[in-house]
Amino acid sequence: MARAAVSGGLKLRRTWRSAAVVERRPETPTACTLVLDVPEWPGHLAGQHVDVRLTAPDGYQAARSYSLAAPSDGLRIQITVQAVPDGEVSSYLVSDALPGDSVEVRGPVGGWFVWRSEHSGPVLLIAGGSGVVPLMAMIRTRAMRPEPDEGRASANSAHINSAPFRLIYSVRTPQDRIYYDELRRRAVEDGGLEVKFLYTRAAAADEPRPAGRISIDDLVSHGITAELQPTCYVCGPTGFVETVADLLIFLGHDPSRIRTERFGPSGP
Amino acid sequence: MGIFTRGFSGRRRESSRQLPPGQYLTDDFPVLSAGPTPRIPLDAWQFTVTTELGQTHQWSWPELMSLPAESITTDIHCVTRWSKLDTAWRGVSLDTLLAEVDTEAEYAMAHSYGGYTTNLPLEDLLDGKAWVAFEYDGDGLAAEHGGPARLLVPHLYFWKSAKWVRGIELMLQDSAGFWEQLGYHDYGDPWREQRYQGD
Repeated sequence: MARAAVSGGLKLRRTWRSAAVVERRPETPTACTLVLDVPEWPGHLAGQHVDVRLTAPDGYQAARSYSLAAPSDGLRIQITVQAVPDGEVSSYLVSDALPGDSVEVRGPVGGWFVWRSEHSGPVLLIAGGSGVVPLMAMIRTRAMRPEPDEGRASANSAHINSAPFRLIYSVRTPQDRIYYDELRRRAVEDGGLEVKFLYTRAAAADEPRPAGRISIDDLVSHGITAELQPTCYVCGPTGFVETVADLLIFLGHDPSRIRTERFGPSGP
Repeated sequence: MGIFTRGFSGRRRESSRQLPPGQYLTDDFPVLSAGPTPRIPLDAWQFTVTTELGQTHQWSWPELMSLPAESITTDIHCVTRWSKLDTAWRGVSLDTLLAEVDTEAEYAMAHSYGGYTTNLPLEDLLDGKAWVAFEYDGDGLAAEHGGPARLLVPHLYFWKSAKWVRGIELMLQDSAGFWEQLGYHDYGDPWREQRYQGD
């Protein structure tokens, strides 16, 4: 089950621990989800990341941060890694890591770009490319949030007291969509969740919107109006995040309710 | 330790000099910010030093431009693990800005347009170690990189080099800034790999 809060203390969170790859799940031609078993994982908040460290036989080490893609399942965590050109850690994780392999992790890390399941206000999620990963953790965490009265069965809790969640997800082409089937299924099953895909280079066959970068019209049509004071989480490449954050401010959103996470061309 | 990652050899890049532990080289200039980029018109820009007694010293943009500026070439190290070598800046030394300020403070809080804060010992801002920088690579500093002016404290992790800086608050006692409250290190020395609290 998801942990509502981070526990386990600072010392545990900053210690490098051995983790075993238990599953790999290709998401797109260049992105892969890895499920890791981490002894004593202290739990984490949706939106946090984890440092992953690889060690070569001669002792050379390389570490990078990756967003956690889902609430923890006991001691199991998930990361979704996009291979970046020349990325020495990402290309290993996407192309080479297999179940049974060992890496090291430490974390969780980051306390700002997080969504806490006790928050019931509306949430607008805007992702560019692999920026969807921490936002997916928020969507998955929301789906398993306990009812206010915690003793009751939680099987259908996703339909109770659900704050509106909207995801606008910009990708280059349909084959670049991460979590496509799951997002479609969740949007159908859960009336509180809406998902809109935008395509910048080649649109899906059933998509009337022509391919193009995210625009103010997209935010007006598929976002949440500033009057409802949603918390906005924007994650993607720097240029994308700059554009979207500026548009949100132009539409009247308070800058203090816009949380951003950016990665450059050589970022994690 | 004794853990090896099967099949991993790494893609080490030759570096002309040693990097702090856990860092890798980049030629890009990645951006890391917690929120939207503030846009500050130069005619509204002000830089304010506030002492522990509440005395203030203020500079407008033309006043900052009239101060002696220095060219700085330095390596920068981001806590997200990229390092960039030989970055070229132009700015006014904090020694110049603090020269006339009367204070007993040992700590400083940098304040930014947009609400960002970060804390540093005052001595890390003095003796040629810190600047209010307004040019990068020969051009005016772009807003996404902290323009019109940012703090430049290159011997610490780069989150200490507050973008969109609008002032320095001098403090008798240390107090945590934005990332420091969220678990990042109070000092942030890249050579001692002080990324998170407790490192």
